[in-house]
Amino acid sequence: MNKQHATARQLGMLSCHDCHLLVERPHSHAHSLCPRCGAHLHLRKPNSLARTWALICAAIILYIPANVLPITITTSLGTKQADTILSGVIYFMQSGSWEIALVIFVASIFVPFAKLLILIFLLLSVQFRSTWRPRDRTILYRMTELVGRWSMVDIYVVTILVALVKLGAIATIEAGPAAVYFASVVVITMFAAESFDPRLIWDVCKEDV
Amino acid sequence: MTFSRILLLLSAAAADRFNRPAEKSTQPGRQKIVACHDCDLLNRLPDDIQATVLCARCGAVLYRHRPNSIDRSLALTFAALVLFLVSNSFPFLALKSGGFIQETTLLTGIRELWQEGLFEVSLLVLLTCVLVPLAQMLGLLYILAPLKWARRPAPHAVHVFRMVTELAPWGMMEIFMIGILVALVKLGHMATIVPGISVFSFGCLIFVMAAAFSSLDPELLWDRLDLRR
Repeated sequence: MNKQHATARQLGMLSCHDCHLLVERPHSHAHSLCPRCGAHLHLRKPNSLARTWALICAAIILYIPANVLPITITTSLGTKQADTILSGVIYFMQSGSWEIALVIFVASIFVPFAKLLILIFLLLSVQFRSTWRPRDRTILYRMTELVGRWSMVDIYVVTILVALVKLGAIATIEAGPAAVYFASVVVITMFAAESFDPRLIWDVCKEDV
Repeated sequence: MTFSRILLLLSAAAADRFNRPAEKSTQPGRQKIVACHDCDLLNRLPDDIQATVLCARCGAVLYRHRPNSIDRSLALTFAALVLFLVSNSFPFLALKSGGFIQETTLLTGIRELWQEGLFEVSLLVLLTCVLVPLAQMLGLLYILAPLKWARRPAPHAVHVFRMVTELAPWGMMEIFMIGILVALVKLGHMATIVPGISVFSFGCLIFVMAAAFSSLDPELLWDRLDLRR
């Protein structure tokens, strides 16, 4: 890595969050707008660490009912069966369609969990001013941001099942209470990933901030 | 590169912004400086570049060359809008069991969820699969069509483009498509499932939409829509 490379911050510039225009850093603390696209200018995303922590805490709390409560309730010929996310995965594995089991497991259990762990790890590494592999941590962040939306698959499956399976006495599928909790986990972790600023990783290890 | 050279380049770039040249390509060799959005490192972007530029420090994509960007994204957005209308007007799945046939379109599915009392989830599906993609497509048309035919950007086009970029992660049609496939397999043993027209147009739509977005050149658009012009 070339040591003589400079960051925008070191040279008193900042880049607009929306259009990435490089702007001279304003002297006053008042809110200033990007001359090109009109977005609010910030040197870093405002309150990045506190916001991300708050959203992660909310997501962890909601993650519990999302996994414990049933997500679908199937009534078939008079018998009721409540399925959680995990029991749905197990059902698919036993009935032989392991591809679907894998998709649901990765999208609804592995990804949200991994995402929370990675964000916590990134936050801690920034707060303890870690200088460990900033490049890899940035890539980790980019992956989390990219992959998080795919957890919505399960919500869509439930939507389709509920809408489609209305066969009166033969079979009905209702959405369980976990659907709401799970949807909020996905949305909140998406906001959490969005509010984290990966430039903080580099700020604390390359510059004396 | 020495520090003074960076400053020199920066001042050149700053001067460039104030006496903005009429056409980017009239000044070959002039270099533009951008800060990496992931690590804040300053990188030089040569003007006549025909390739992808990565950040020297963290590897983020800073610039990707997209030929014919406005024409291509405009055409693809039109196609996407047509496919979107088709996908929302026809049922995407029908369930046959005995004498029963139960058909669902995207919108009736959302209504069913609402009637079951899952207001939050039904709103979320409505937003991510209908309203956000629709807003993105209409927004792109609003931005691109005047650039193509009128040569003068539409009023507030910059704000519309900011909205389109900020909405990008919330359009989840491709994920909905995977949801349809999972539901197909899940119900396969329970009843006969007949995929409708909408499944196929939906399948095309997500590819066309992805192509429309990846042929978009944000750098060019921000430049053309610049508030200071």
